[in-house]
Amino acid sequence: MSHLVAWPVFLPLITGFLLILAHMGGIRLQRVISFLAVIGLVLLSAALISATSTDQYQVYLLGNWTAPFGIVLVLDRLSALMVAITSLLAVGALWYAMSTDTDKKGAHFHILFQMQLFGLNGAFLTGDVFNLFVFFEVLLLASYGLLLHGSGRLRTKAGLHYVVINLIGSTLFLFAVGALYGVLGTLNIADMAAKIAVAPQEDLGVIAAAGLLLLVVFGVKAAMFPLYLWMPSAYANTSAPVAALFAIMTKVGIYSIIRVHGTIFGSEAGELAYYYAPWVLGLGLITLLLAAFGVVASRGLREQVAYLVLASVATLLIGVGLMSPAALSATLYYLIHSTLIAGAMFLLADVILRGRGTYEDRFESGPSMPSAILIGSIFMFAAIAMTGMPPLSGFFGKVLILSAALDDAWFATIISVILVAGLITILSMARTGSLIFYKVLPDDSVPTSERGEPLNRMAFIAVIGLLLASPILVVFAQPITAFTESAANQVFNSATYIEAVLSTPAVTEVTN
Amino acid sequence: MEWLISLAIGVLTATGVYLTLRARTFPVVLGLTLLAYAVNIFLFAMGRLTVGLPAVIDKTATAAQYSDPLPQALVLTAIVIAFGMTAFLIVLALKARGELGNDHVDGLDTESDNYSNKEVK
Repeated sequence: MSHLVAWPVFLPLITGFLLILAHMGGIRLQRVISFLAVIGLVLLSAALISATSTDQYQVYLLGNWTAPFGIVLVLDRLSALMVAITSLLAVGALWYAMSTDTDKKGAHFHILFQMQLFGLNGAFLTGDVFNLFVFFEVLLLASYGLLLHGSGRLRTKAGLHYVVINLIGSTLFLFAVGALYGVLGTLNIADMAAKIAVAPQEDLGVIAAAGLLLLVVFGVKAAMFPLYLWMPSAYANTSAPVAALFAIMTKVGIYSIIRVHGTIFGSEAGELAYYYAPWVLGLGLITLLLAAFGVVASRGLREQVAYLVLASVATLLIGVGLMSPAALSATLYYLIHSTLIAGAMFLLADVILRGRGTYEDRFESGPSMPSAILIGSIFMFAAIAMTGMPPLSGFFGKVLILSAALDDAWFATIISVILVAGLITILSMARTGSLIFYKVLPDDSVPTSERGEPLNRMAFIAVIGLLLASPILVVFAQPITAFTESAANQVFNSATYIEAVLSTPAVTEVTN
Repeated sequence: MEWLISLAIGVLTATGVYLTLRARTFPVVLGLTLLAYAVNIFLFAMGRLTVGLPAVIDKTATAAQYSDPLPQALVLTAIVIAFGMTAFLIVLALKARGELGNDHVDGLDTESDNYSNKEVK
């Protein structure tokens, strides 16, 4: 049994412990360790992706207990993809944090960062619902610390809301898991799916209710309507690298819906097969419209980017709700795009905020910022990618989702909502760009003390690096869509998942 | 015993939900604690209610002769996590009290807050 599958979980954990020990060694030592670990994660995720090139599932039995009695880690294409996106985003966020000294603004930034990655990778790889809960708690606890990193009244207030809503989410998670265990007698996702297929008729009501309760929990994580109200203020008020890393946090909810609901209530589930999908689709459509209104109504750039993230999450929910392999493949392509570009947008918003001095990121005319032409062109590039205009990857992702939606009975509604929301976001991003970069105050009307600082070129590399994902996704669209297609087919083929997890034998011989 | 357990879960949940909807941070913390108690008892009950039976499985024991050990392990994990989270939340509530000058969950508007303050109401 190869230990490769366990490494993405344990590398950040071990690094976190090392960082605690290295705390006395000063910030420079911590930075070196932290950055090396993140680079290591990128290499590991490349190895994971190449390990999934066959249709085999890699099942890792923790403690050598066979499923369903022990906890298993399961690697398939979807998990490998999520781990890869996380590590790429982490490189960008960490680079930005180090080059702007954000990590010095409070203690233990790097430890919390690694613990966050530990929770994220664990959630993406686990094959056990209760273990998923534990990893959710790990990533949430780290995210509470990261969200509050630095200081500020607004940050504390948004943080309080974030913590309370997520604690309620955790409680609901336990209720749902408890109910599922009470009826099915197992916590392993594959075993649950196998048990649901043969569940007696009178238990189906409880199972369906618990499944929808679980959808509420993942909806809180994914910021699905009506559970998104915590999200814009939390993302807008935290520090930029943390907001960039949090671009993956909403996708944890999306991933969990695909993994848990897609497997447990998959095609094998008989009466309950895909019963959750109409909910996801309908709520996704409502979320998308509200997110578009939020983009228009935002009073600052960071808030606007947070609503753009919400819009991308809503598009992903629609893709998941369409429940066809083609739609899921398009969703995964759009997920890669939206996560990396949203991370870049949060960093770019912070670059603009720093350049505008006391005017920060508020939508009002301010002084012209240093290197305005460079930042402005990059902003336009990012806005094109984010709003889904050709020729960048957002456009391709949306076209793929729209063409998959043509097979759905509701295709007219879905297509019009996506297009109208897209138009609204394009218009308001155009307004944002012209307000920040064209309508500047004359130079002599703003005192020097209110001016912004010059562009931090080292930090700007992180923005450009993450944005490069967009042209790369377009140029290599063929191999990437081929990968997402096979990942989506793997998810829909839940019978082989169940078979692979439940039939993995324990290791018998002792190897040194 | 069943009605007593279900009543306890129901009352704890209802009180917890009511308290989490209060406007000040301390009732909210109490409400989350009560919700955590409710879910712990619920998890426990999901292993079926048994009296005086060991959780350790004897090779000769039949299913009716031991209580399900798994929910007990789950409850233990849940208790530890809820403990940690509550401690964190109390510290955060104190920090918010210090920084916002009041103990309202939404804070109270002051002149110095900028645009994003109005967002969270």
